[in-house]
Amino acid sequence: MNVLLAFESLAEADRPRVGGKAWSLSRLAREGFSVPLGAVVPVDAYEAYVGPTGLRERILLELNRKPFESMRWEEMWDAALRIRNLFLKTPMPENLYGELCEAVRRTFGDRPVAVRSSAPGEDSAGASFAGLHESFLNVRGAASVAEHVRLVWASLWSDGALLYRQELKLDVGKSAMAVVIQELAEGERSGVAFSKSPADSGVSLVEAVWGLNQGLVDGTVQPDRWVLERSTGRLREHLPVERLYEIRTAPEGTRRVDLGTEKRELPPLADGEVGPVWEMSMEAERCFGCPQDVEWTFSKGRLFALQSRPVTAGAEGEAGSRAWNLSLRRSFENLKVLGERIRGTLVPALLKEAGDLSRTSVGELGDGLLAEVLRDREEAFLRWSRVYWDEFIPFAHGARLFGQVYNDRVKPEDPFRFIDLLRPPRMVGTDRNARLEGASDRLGGNPALKSETKAFLEGKGEAAGVEAFLEDVSADLGADTDLVLSGTDRRRALAGFLLEMASRPKAARPVEEGREALERAFLDGFEGEERAFAGELLDLARASYRLRDEDNIYLGRVERLRTEALDEAARRLGKRLGVNLEGLETAEACRALEDPSYRPVPAAPEKKEGALPAGPPVSVRARQLVGQPAGPGLARGVARVVRSREDLLGFKSGEILVCDAIDPNMTFVVPLCSGIVERRGGMLIHGAIIAREYGLPCVTGVPDATGLIRSGDNLTVDGYLGIVVIHGQG
Amino acid sequence: MWKGKVRLVKDMDREIAAAVGALLDTQRVGVLGTHGAGSPHCSLVGFSFEPGLERLYFATTRATRKFANLSETGRVALLVDNRTNREEDLHEASALTAVGPVRETTGEERERAAAVHLARHPSLRDFVGSPTTAILVLEVERYFLVRRFQEVMVLEIAP
Repeated sequence: MNVLLAFESLAEADRPRVGGKAWSLSRLAREGFSVPLGAVVPVDAYEAYVGPTGLRERILLELNRKPFESMRWEEMWDAALRIRNLFLKTPMPENLYGELCEAVRRTFGDRPVAVRSSAPGEDSAGASFAGLHESFLNVRGAASVAEHVRLVWASLWSDGALLYRQELKLDVGKSAMAVVIQELAEGERSGVAFSKSPADSGVSLVEAVWGLNQGLVDGTVQPDRWVLERSTGRLREHLPVERLYEIRTAPEGTRRVDLGTEKRELPPLADGEVGPVWEMSMEAERCFGCPQDVEWTFSKGRLFALQSRPVTAGAEGEAGSRAWNLSLRRSFENLKVLGERIRGTLVPALLKEAGDLSRTSVGELGDGLLAEVLRDREEAFLRWSRVYWDEFIPFAHGARLFGQVYNDRVKPEDPFRFIDLLRPPRMVGTDRNARLEGASDRLGGNPALKSETKAFLEGKGEAAGVEAFLEDVSADLGADTDLVLSGTDRRRALAGFLLEMASRPKAARPVEEGREALERAFLDGFEGEERAFAGELLDLARASYRLRDEDNIYLGRVERLRTEALDEAARRLGKRLGVNLEGLETAEACRALEDPSYRPVPAAPEKKEGALPAGPPVSVRARQLVGQPAGPGLARGVARVVRSREDLLGFKSGEILVCDAIDPNMTFVVPLCSGIVERRGGMLIHGAIIAREYGLPCVTGVPDATGLIRSGDNLTVDGYLGIVVIHGQG
Repeated sequence: MWKGKVRLVKDMDREIAAAVGALLDTQRVGVLGTHGAGSPHCSLVGFSFEPGLERLYFATTRATRKFANLSETGRVALLVDNRTNREEDLHEASALTAVGPVRETTGEERERAAAVHLARHPSLRDFVGSPTTAILVLEVERYFLVRRFQEVMVLEIAP
């Protein structure tokens, strides 16, 4: 097999095995465009790597744990990280490695090259994987090139690329990747040119940045933009930006550099240079027969074409789902700014608003005022929910980004080893639980109080001591008291819970072992400037990880305030009308509160999809379910399926929590659990994080978990392999 | 095609029953598991089935170990799978195990079973017609369906 094909040697028949990028570059070279010297590692080499090493099947096993179309984005992230680690840990077969190194040495010597993806079907008119697969600039030496070829192959399975393929319903089983290796044209100015704007068919666009193109492509550096008439090339408009950085080569790879005053003030292209760039894009359009999006660079005064692909509808402004997929791949710089905004502005504002809203006691309000308060709380909840999705969730990528850097550098056996580095010494959720545990210890250590509590629960005896104790516990829990249990019978429920907790065997919490050593080993992998970056990235990732616990709890506070007002409205209206108004919605409640003649309609009860009817056995049952291993360990115990807050009340020590998605209202029972099973999937979701804090076996991403498992079922939770075995009842 | 008496409660049941039916439909040979004289024993057998999924047929001569075993215990398991002997089987293959009581058919029941069995395996005409051959019916109590390497679902057949 020829593992490296020179651009000029490619024939039409090679197209399916070299991918769109390599094919169009070879075509440009043949047509006389200035293209840096290059060659392509064809798909055959990829096959010769993933076949004999067994990687192909391991990837497909990973992606077939559940129907691909039903995987959530967080599960894709996890799968992508696992797969990437497989590539990092699996060397090329010796003969393939030898041939590739030899060919690279022969073609490029020791000159720096760019190593870029060229997946067949990647840049067709219907799909654009731009930015979803990886490219590496400034790679030197055959061994390093071979290593980066492997990383580009791995990026075929990046989260963004997987999500995009899920969106386009492409068959992952057929995915393969060719890799372009090209001499690095170290451009002083670079950019892209659209022969036809995706948004306005009458104009062409030229975008330019100082330095290498990478910053423009990944969104780190904002480009100047020129709008030209497509028919004549006449310049219509120049849209300058605030120029701050450029991407330059570092001794290895690239780095972001602050621009000096002179470059800040000058557009990267002089007026006379825009024309030739535009002409190049029009020339490419003639060459390929359809509008083209051309990446270009000026290197030592010479204009090079780096890539040309058809203009797709989403090419400008990254419209559509690929844009969202890309938004999850935020850069470090971007995440840093987001993190500062979350910590400095959003979280304090959220806490303040929750505090302000909680100062009104809804029971004391007249109907009209209650409607007002309910509306305010509903509005606040919806507003913060949006912030949660738009800002808090994307910030979670900080932990992922760190995971990837950690795995690239340390190459650990377990691709999620990095999580141990992120676990903070304290978390809001575990702090609250520690206070609950403290209270239960007090109860457990005081036999008189304990028997008084039992009597209180049975409705017998003197309750003054218990009441004082519960008052005290509530004061200690503060704003989170309602987290545990709300409603009229809160004190009884709290007493029952503390009693159950006091009777549980003391669990040994996982010890923070070797965290410092892990941290040192990671940081020691970097030198100089890079070490500072690694340290900053670790800080960012820790903040990101921590927020995954806190954001749920903080948002939960606002949600509970809304629920509290809604419950009060439903209670009043129900009493007045003599009906049960459970499930009443805010708009209906407000209208009825303000207009006594209006009869509100409660919402239809939510259809619980997949829930099996109770009673006689049904014809299908699950014996063994597959999810993701989100917390190592093995647990056997009785299932407690939690669908509502009421299901939590009778939670018994040693039971296995089975739920759709853990929310902050549930985590107080975690110290009582022996394992966790969750429908929602992911290694970094709230449930997985809290399970890890308590050292509990945890399996997430189990399809229809609350429908297929019934309370009382005996379960085995295998947190090593992500398997739940259902042994049945009794 | 299968259709039938299986009690279908909801979509998932239907999906699992369909997957079971499809496997039985596409496969012709399964692995029969028996137990006798203190030892487990496996045999390849051609099988056929009634549309309702509750009855599977296979044939054997009475001098075989499998016949001795199943006569002794009255119970068998039959494994039917769609593996292709490639690495991809790990994520692609499905395996189905049917378990339940087994007995030899006689009289009209044998005629019916022979007709079903020969419709599926016409080349077994001489074998099935021999007086030394028993046609057995496995009255399936439940099927275990394994997919995605580790997922196991159980289809209970209503008695």
